[in-house]
Amino acid sequence: MDKRLERILPRVQKPARYTGGEYNQIIKDKNKVDIRLAFCFPDTYEIGMSNLGMSILYHTMNSLDFVWCERAYAPWGDMYEEMNRAGIPLYALESGDPVGDFDAVAFSIGYEMAYTTVLDMLHMAGIPLRTSDRPGLLPLIFAGGTAACNAEPMAPFLDLFIVGEGEEVNNEVLTLLRTAKLSGWSKQDFLVKAAQIRGVYVPSLYEVSYNEDGTVAAVSPTQGAPARVTKRILSDFDKAPYPTAPIVPSTEVVHDRVSLELFRGCPRGCRFCQAGHVYRPLRAKKPETLVRQGIESLQNTGHEDVTLLSLSTSDYRPLPALCDGLLEYCEPRSIGLSLPSLRADNFSMEIMERLQKVRKSGLTFAVEGGSQRLRDAVNKNVTEEDVLNTCRIAFAGGWNTVKLYYMLGLPTETDEDILGIAEMANQILHCWRVNAKYKNRGVKITVSTSCFIPKPQSPFQWEAQISLEEYLRRVNLLRSAITARNVTYNWHDAETSLIEAVLSKGDRRVADAIEEVWRQGGRLDAWTDYFSYERWIKAFETCGLDVDFYAHREAGKDELLPWDHIDMGVRKEHLWKEREKAYRSELSPDCRHQCSACGAARLLDRGFKCDE
Amino acid sequence: MSEKLRLRFEKTGRAVYISHLDLMHTMQRAFNRAGYELKYSEGFNPHPQIAIALPLSVGAGSLCEIMDFRLKEENPDLAALPGRLTAVMPEGIVVTEAYLPVRKTAELKWLRVEGVFEYDERDPGEMAAGLEDFYRQEQIVITKKTKRGMGETDIRPGIRELGFTAGEGLVEVSAVISAQEPTINPELLAEALRQLKPELAPDFAKFTRIETYDAGMQVYR
Repeated sequence: MDKRLERILPRVQKPARYTGGEYNQIIKDKNKVDIRLAFCFPDTYEIGMSNLGMSILYHTMNSLDFVWCERAYAPWGDMYEEMNRAGIPLYALESGDPVGDFDAVAFSIGYEMAYTTVLDMLHMAGIPLRTSDRPGLLPLIFAGGTAACNAEPMAPFLDLFIVGEGEEVNNEVLTLLRTAKLSGWSKQDFLVKAAQIRGVYVPSLYEVSYNEDGTVAAVSPTQGAPARVTKRILSDFDKAPYPTAPIVPSTEVVHDRVSLELFRGCPRGCRFCQAGHVYRPLRAKKPETLVRQGIESLQNTGHEDVTLLSLSTSDYRPLPALCDGLLEYCEPRSIGLSLPSLRADNFSMEIMERLQKVRKSGLTFAVEGGSQRLRDAVNKNVTEEDVLNTCRIAFAGGWNTVKLYYMLGLPTETDEDILGIAEMANQILHCWRVNAKYKNRGVKITVSTSCFIPKPQSPFQWEAQISLEEYLRRVNLLRSAITARNVTYNWHDAETSLIEAVLSKGDRRVADAIEEVWRQGGRLDAWTDYFSYERWIKAFETCGLDVDFYAHREAGKDELLPWDHIDMGVRKEHLWKEREKAYRSELSPDCRHQCSACGAARLLDRGFKCDE
Repeated sequence: MSEKLRLRFEKTGRAVYISHLDLMHTMQRAFNRAGYELKYSEGFNPHPQIAIALPLSVGAGSLCEIMDFRLKEENPDLAALPGRLTAVMPEGIVVTEAYLPVRKTAELKWLRVEGVFEYDERDPGEMAAGLEDFYRQEQIVITKKTKRGMGETDIRPGIRELGFTAGEGLVEVSAVISAQEPTINPELLAEALRQLKPELAPDFAKFTRIETYDAGMQVYR
């Protein structure tokens, strides 16, 4: 180990997250690989090691014998300062070697607030931030994850983006990179060829021009790059690579457990939801596949918890068979099985009852909108009756904690809708009084609101976000309406949401502000400990960018959106149609009742169908 | 009631940064991976019955850690256990022995530790001589955190043997110190210098536990 590092580690909090050496890490002989890749997560070890996507891609990329893929995470503040003081560059955990010496650096970017950390990790590795300042082929800097839905704000920093699911396309890019390295190609030669791989977006091959009003006039491909980049998916999801021997952290991380991914995509189509649209088409694994993968993973990791991942667990058709199969293994071994993202219906309650024989944790409902009209407008198919029915069963069964999540500022929201939130909390309280099994324990109802953020590639991508002042007015309206002692109201601050809106909907010019924030010390912006609203606002001013233009302006139907050349499967016309239905408070049936021909199914290989 | 069993294991290399609490979890999972079922405590919040005799500071290594545990199965093959566990351990943890303990943990009294004091700019020969002198004192009273806030402690009675050998840029330290009642953390050997003789205080110090002894300096198992 590096002598300087050895001196630092005993002084920092939780040093085990900076050392590597965990069980199941992959060690290769660095002299026998052609490509050394640093797979970076622009957040802390604890968050990154809990991310299933990182784990899957770590293994798929390492399945190439000419690649050694290692991990790197962003150090927490104390370690960051110690590393800077000692002059230790960002290093990869497996080998301890500096990331700056690697052939490729890949980032998984799952949220906009991680952007400054991407820049910071590049800087810590001694790598110039902008692709234009990196003339050589190596290191190749690329990224994937949901940030690819609108890659523009990060476009000047990354040589290429992986759009969609990375299991196959990452390896195609790395194979091409190996050829390029061994044959001595220029960076330009490599990028032009890489742009021909399906699912690869090379921002530098696209020229962006703007209208006088600041909107995008055109995004023009050059050197044979495709006019639109279509995301990659795995058609045969049941056979998707899944690591049953993932790395087991030697220190506590956020999710210390086995995660099983039931399906990709979502049949629901909530109009505010980016994930519900960009992960289509719907593809599920067979329950027997999941049971086998679950048992193998438990045996290989020694974890004592397993959880089911998807956007909507209740929509996994063979859920009872899956639970039975897993419980048969888990119950005698005291292994916990948890099911997040259940819908508020009777079927879900039965499953919950079976799972939660011992622990009765709280009920959580993502209600999103305060009235039926608003919930119809956003296509959130939850009725007050569903929620109250579920609560009645739960209270009668001895549960006594309910959490309700809402968004304020959804399109078409009125004050009446907001007051409906308080009304529903009161109804639940009443429901508890009538049905509670253990009245003496009391009940705790928590209402939380966050500020709606319009997201690219969702039906609300054209929407304006409400202003900070308006959000606060709505918060205060709700505060004054919630009077019951057993109901607690928490509201998230909207400052982060405003910055997130700008970064979500931003174009290439926003990159300057991201860099400026980083220059002023911004990193780990997803953490309230580090986020500074003033720093962001100042950076937008310094760079001559108008926050209102990006966050608070409604885009027109025919406006070219900065991300329109990225095709996530669902057609823009479908998104617009959904948006229009929102303004008529009109529901769309879920995909299983009636296919809306959203367009995502055309991504499937021949012989595969959506949701089969 | 299944029998209490004892492990001896090494914790070196990158594993020295795994904290005591994390090590307990790591052990638990390693047993699961090796296919052993640990016995759990009864009660409202069952936890596996494992106990590490002397918690090790983060950053310190050891060749002689002792951990007691119980398995659900009766009469496990103790000869196979170290190999099976080591095969599923993170880098740096090696199980060396599994046996039925005959002695109570309380009988463990002394620890042999070896370490280095690194000096970046000072002469190790001079330092070694100074250290010999300093530790010849009959009392070495330092201020240290105790359960009741900061307190004065004489660490000298807890040091049974102590030797210094100058090396390249460092002084090798070999010591036998009290493992319990009182517990002398070998790091205090450097801390005492920082407080009382800063000119001898090393730029960096690290230690490894080598062997465990009872009150009569017989090897403890």
